Amino acid sequence: MTQSPSRPTGRTVQLMATCLCDAFFDDVAKATVEVLEHAGCEVEFPENQTCCGQPAFNCGDWPASREVMRHTTRVFEGDKPVIVPSGSCAAMLFHGAPLEFEKEKDLPTVQKLASRTWELADFLVNGLGIEKWPGRFPARIAFHRACHTRGTGSGEAALKLLESIDGLEVIPFGEAEQCCGFGGTFSVSFPHVSSSMGCLKLEHMTAANPDFIVSGDMSCLMHLGGLADRGGQPVKTLHFVQILQSALHRHG
Amino acid sequence: MAEQKVELFARRLDRGVQQAVHSNSAAGTEKRYTVLGKDYSAPDDLRRLAGQIRQHAIEHLDTYLEQAEQSLKRQGAHVHYAVTAEDACRAVSDILQKAGAKKVVKSKSMISEEIHLNDHLGSVGIESVETDLGEYIIQIDGDHPSHIVKPIIHKNRRDIAKSFEREGLGDYNDDPETITRRARVFMRDKYLQADAGITGANFVSAETGRLVLVTNEGNSRFCLAAPKIHIALVGIEKVIPSDAELAVLLNLLGRSATGQQLTVYTEFINGPARTDRPSGPQEMHVIFVDNQRSQILASDCREILRCIRCGACLNVCPVYRQASGHAYRSVYPGPVGAVLSPLLAGKNFKQLADLPKASSLCGACNEVCPVDIPIPDLLLKLRNRGHEEHAPSPGTPPMGAFAKLASSPMLWRFAMKSNKVMNLVPLEKLPLPYLQPWLKTRTLPEWRGGEFRSWMKDRRKK
Repeated sequence: MTQSPSRPTGRTVQLMATCLCDAFFDDVAKATVEVLEHAGCEVEFPENQTCCGQPAFNCGDWPASREVMRHTTRVFEGDKPVIVPSGSCAAMLFHGAPLEFEKEKDLPTVQKLASRTWELADFLVNGLGIEKWPGRFPARIAFHRACHTRGTGSGEAALKLLESIDGLEVIPFGEAEQCCGFGGTFSVSFPHVSSSMGCLKLEHMTAANPDFIVSGDMSCLMHLGGLADRGGQPVKTLHFVQILQSALHRHG
Repeated sequence: MAEQKVELFARRLDRGVQQAVHSNSAAGTEKRYTVLGKDYSAPDDLRRLAGQIRQHAIEHLDTYLEQAEQSLKRQGAHVHYAVTAEDACRAVSDILQKAGAKKVVKSKSMISEEIHLNDHLGSVGIESVETDLGEYIIQIDGDHPSHIVKPIIHKNRRDIAKSFEREGLGDYNDDPETITRRARVFMRDKYLQADAGITGANFVSAETGRLVLVTNEGNSRFCLAAPKIHIALVGIEKVIPSDAELAVLLNLLGRSATGQQLTVYTEFINGPARTDRPSGPQEMHVIFVDNQRSQILASDCREILRCIRCGACLNVCPVYRQASGHAYRSVYPGPVGAVLSPLLAGKNFKQLADLPKASSLCGACNEVCPVDIPIPDLLLKLRNRGHEEHAPSPGTPPMGAFAKLASSPMLWRFAMKSNKVMNLVPLEKLPLPYLQPWLKTRTLPEWRGGEFRSWMKDRRKK
């Protein structure tokens, strides 16, 4: 993964809520705003935002993806940090987009946005320097380090914050480095392989008997939660930012 | 709706085979992780260094290949070049026929699989025996390797015992030690009778012409003990600048492949026998094989030529673990194969253009790669190429409408709100071909489009 070494760390930030939060998970987007505000940020929400273009990028339709990305670069103009509560969409902005624009004239525009993009946990810990999260959240959680945070500081950052919360215990489980099987459109073009990967992940995680399955990507959780639900053995899933938010509320 | 070929193969795969592939691969990943972590404080730095070494080598291949040729000749070896797979096969059989050779022993070599050498030798009446135990079992079964390093990862010892019984190598006995002993006895005769030994090469040093071979069974050493002729088939990308780089590459190869600090046998071959060095074959031929590699080098996927064939990416790949190697319909399976195989197919790229899609793009392959190949990026580039060349890709949703929607904020906001109607209808009955595969095994959460946007607006008013 390519990530700019000098990303902006100002406290006025632009939120890219992601299309999944826009469509399904407003709670996660709300929690992101509250958590960023608690961290002293002023959160701007550019209303013309849509999607990062990753679905088309992953399907190989790069012209379609670039069309979306060009729109996104116009929506997120300026110099402020762009914060994304998803490792996957963040990686699309800072790694995928420069790849699909490699031979395009407007590569510098895309690179500029890439160099301002932060995944949420990475920003809180490595951007703002937060080491410890206040409040209390008494629960045992299994943390799935979403795959698009490989090679970045995000996974470690989220764990650092979670582990600092009073009452919270992060429990280990088998084959932790393995993907949940979502993979964007992979989940519908390879439904058997995708579901088998997900079931294996669920097996390992539930064997550790956690109260919650936690990740920094709603796509993984939508897939895992949906599988468990369809299988008749629902699990409780949470984005880590929902835990940070919840811990604040129990702060007193 | 038509199905992706890898998906179809995985869905029909025998559960026992799938579990064997999964557990064996997972054990390989675990072993690699433990051994690398134990021996190096910063294994990722070492991987990146190795990646730079290999990238440098392939980017200066024109220089190093010529240098390797000169060094090999200086050592007394004959050097040949083969542009295509057919050229390579013919080069081998020409050498053998000229020498009147009828029987050859082979040590494991992926490039000989790639060019289908055994079929060719059979067709010109030359007996070729695979001496690596796994490859030998593949050969007697008329099967294909399903893993780069562990070719019979998909078989169990009962299958193997039956094959041995069928081939007249003793009564049914599935004790691994007995199987191995019987193979050894059989092989000894073959080594002694062979006119030539054929090997691959893990590395060739341009500086010294030293050819490096790693094995665990010592079979390549036997292949070069009695026979008079040694033929080495070498992909042109195997050349490295000098012996010094071996310190990095060999340390990573064994650990990445099998979790061994070093393979049991590491051979350094400096040309054929000479008066001052009497052992070994009298004649040595090195055949540098291109077979599309120059095209790959000229493409934007050239990083794949860094590959040192350790198989770590296969072991860690969740799709490989579900689908097994044969799902990839080519010599190189798993993540490396999903990149390399369509490229090696040349003009027939489209026939294997589905392979790069058989990935969740999780990136575990890149994380374990000893030469840090950005495999997910290459898979994505090949998906783009497949799209440009209109390669068939069943189950991949068309993205034109999505792009229009996601480039128009008004349409997008409207769609976000109006899709709430989805909450009122039984989704399973909707004729949406790309939604149904999701719903078959997964539920969809409640549609809440627009909720966050109005919350954010209200919040600002306060």
